[in-house]
Amino acid sequence: MNWDKKDLLGIKELSKEEILLILDTAESFKDISKREVKKVPTLRGKTVITLFYEPSTRTRISFEIAAKRLSADTINISASTSSYVKGETLKDTAKNLESMKPDVIIIRHSMPGAPHMLAKTIYSSVINGGDGAHEHPTQALLDLFTMRQKKGKIDGLKIAIIGDIAHSRVARSNIFALKHFNTEIICSGPPTMMPPYLESLGVKVEYNIDRAVSNADVIMMLRIQKERGGISYIPSIKEYSTMYGLKKEHLTKAKEDVIIMHPGPMNRGIEIMDEVADGPYSVILDQVENGVAVRMAVLYLLLGREM
Amino acid sequence: MKILIKKGRVIDPKNDIDETLDIYINGNMIERIDRNIREKGSDIQVIDVSHHIIAPGLIDVHAHLREPGYEYKETIKTGTMAAVKGGFTTVVCMANTHPINDNKSVTEYIIEKSKSEGLCRVFPCGAITKGLKSEELSEIGEMFEAGIIAISDDGKSVKNAELLRRALEYAKLFAIPTISHCEDEDLSKGFVHEGHASLLSGLDTIPPISEEIIVKRDMAIAQYVGSPIHLTHISTEGSVEAIHKAKKGYKKITCDTCPHYFTLTDEATLGFDTSTKVNPPLRSKEDVKALKEGLKNNTIDIIATDHAPHEGSSKDVEFNLATFGISGLETAFALSLSLVHEGVLTLKELLKKFTVNPAKLLKLPYGELTPGKVADLIIFNPDIEWVVDKNEFLSKGKNTPFHGWKLKGKNLLTIVDGKIVYRDKIFT
Repeated sequence: MNWDKKDLLGIKELSKEEILLILDTAESFKDISKREVKKVPTLRGKTVITLFYEPSTRTRISFEIAAKRLSADTINISASTSSYVKGETLKDTAKNLESMKPDVIIIRHSMPGAPHMLAKTIYSSVINGGDGAHEHPTQALLDLFTMRQKKGKIDGLKIAIIGDIAHSRVARSNIFALKHFNTEIICSGPPTMMPPYLESLGVKVEYNIDRAVSNADVIMMLRIQKERGGISYIPSIKEYSTMYGLKKEHLTKAKEDVIIMHPGPMNRGIEIMDEVADGPYSVILDQVENGVAVRMAVLYLLLGREM
Repeated sequence: MKILIKKGRVIDPKNDIDETLDIYINGNMIERIDRNIREKGSDIQVIDVSHHIIAPGLIDVHAHLREPGYEYKETIKTGTMAAVKGGFTTVVCMANTHPINDNKSVTEYIIEKSKSEGLCRVFPCGAITKGLKSEELSEIGEMFEAGIIAISDDGKSVKNAELLRRALEYAKLFAIPTISHCEDEDLSKGFVHEGHASLLSGLDTIPPISEEIIVKRDMAIAQYVGSPIHLTHISTEGSVEAIHKAKKGYKKITCDTCPHYFTLTDEATLGFDTSTKVNPPLRSKEDVKALKEGLKNNTIDIIATDHAPHEGSSKDVEFNLATFGISGLETAFALSLSLVHEGVLTLKELLKKFTVNPAKLLKLPYGELTPGKVADLIIFNPDIEWVVDKNEFLSKGKNTPFHGWKLKGKNLLTIVDGKIVYRDKIFT
């Protein structure tokens, strides 16, 4: 199949075939990063802008490396150095950037829908690098890529997602992606962090983490933020850590070959203990590594439309 | 000025009329309503309206005309131009202007401005509390003398329940209704309905209980002190149920909803289109169903516009940052006619919610076609199809989620105080 979308705004808009196309394309890019000369000329002459209104290390660098390995030129803009702090609107920023003829803009923003607005405003391709609690499509793609790599398949997997589901774009994108496959998804965390109607997405809600991870093939931990909008969702970080922090004993309840994932950055000792994060079941650094290949694939497919 | 309107189907819920008649207007009054009126004279303008409907001018109990202070969003002139185009001959404007209409000078300003520039009748609604801050009562008496016909802190609830109690009691002095915007601030930090759509979009939410607990609170306080209460822009199934129940035990409760609440659902917000951002938010399918049922069984007495015009730039931003509100005066009646086409209401029942019922709430001598009374009326056709084009709005606010929609039913001519203030190209 061919890729025909201008933008990658969310997993929700993707078909299973499109998801598989990205994953398969990423496979073919994986080797490039292992070569001595880690660069191919595929996107020579293309310009990629990362426009980040929220702090990020991993995602921004991952996109930048992905673009550079494909020989695209990259420019990084962060909110603190942009005209955003001078009060320029997102739309104006986008139009100004557009005038300089970039091919792709990768945007991260704290507000849901910001990438969609950008995509409607400009002709360049837009990639959602995370928008508020909405979506983080490349994260979900690299997560699926990692699952497939480690488990050989996605169908048949039981995946436990633990943490603040309500405010997690990682959880949303993963759920949308995993629902295309024959998977069992269990969401766990304190009830305050489970959004109403969550089950309507076809997932199970299990407040008890021991039961949630039972027989799991994959345990995906989410980063915890204690407060949002001035209201506590949990009494304390300590209590959360006691009740939902992933510890070694949890792993004994999961499948023998369980893999532990985390989108980063980790709060060590809070949602995940060192023994787990650094232990033999952890694939957290594989996720980061695969992120580059997946983002190369996304850039290639979006820009390859007209090539 | 004399106008003879010929052969229209006259529907007037107040006088229980539905038949083909002529209406003769002399000066600002309706002089006669009869079969085949044969007034002669070169000074009589004769308008043949066969195949169309003549109805009392519509009354909007809830609009934001933005003047003074936000003239870049709307003025009394542009707002009333939009009103008469949409079929409204009377508009109540809310107090959240700048400065806020919490004192008689602002009330007087609005009234003066309406007289000099307005195309229809405008009645200001005064603030319940000074600065809409829920701290102390506004000078309701002085504003009443100046011409307010209701009080409301619309835009928010009166957070302090005792203060609301005192306002409801105090308003008895003037026999004016208190209009309640029902929203619990603490529960209402978000931007869209809490439901399946918000689960998908990740947008922060306004749960239905945020409205429902204040609906219940305000009805309880009103009943306790024995004052009338009008709950505005009701949007949830829970509110409709609570009001339905409370009305059985206490008669001085009325409420309204707006066309967008029974036309759209929260699904409309999924594309992050900021024209769908409105407060209260667009709700679920079940809520829409309950609102229609409430309109049918008269739990909901009135349809209001909550006309909330905004300048384009305030909507041309991220969803979270966009202003709340829909520019509604020019689409409200046409959207509501779909209730008739769907068989939810008869034409007469629908017109009641736009004419008699609001007139009764506000104790206004309008909303009826009666010889000897002022001539505020509209000619409309419920079957003419047209496409909403926001660029053709007379309102400064082009913020509508209905741009490009094909609607069935159109206002064609509006007469206020015996003068033609709007006519469709059909009549030119």
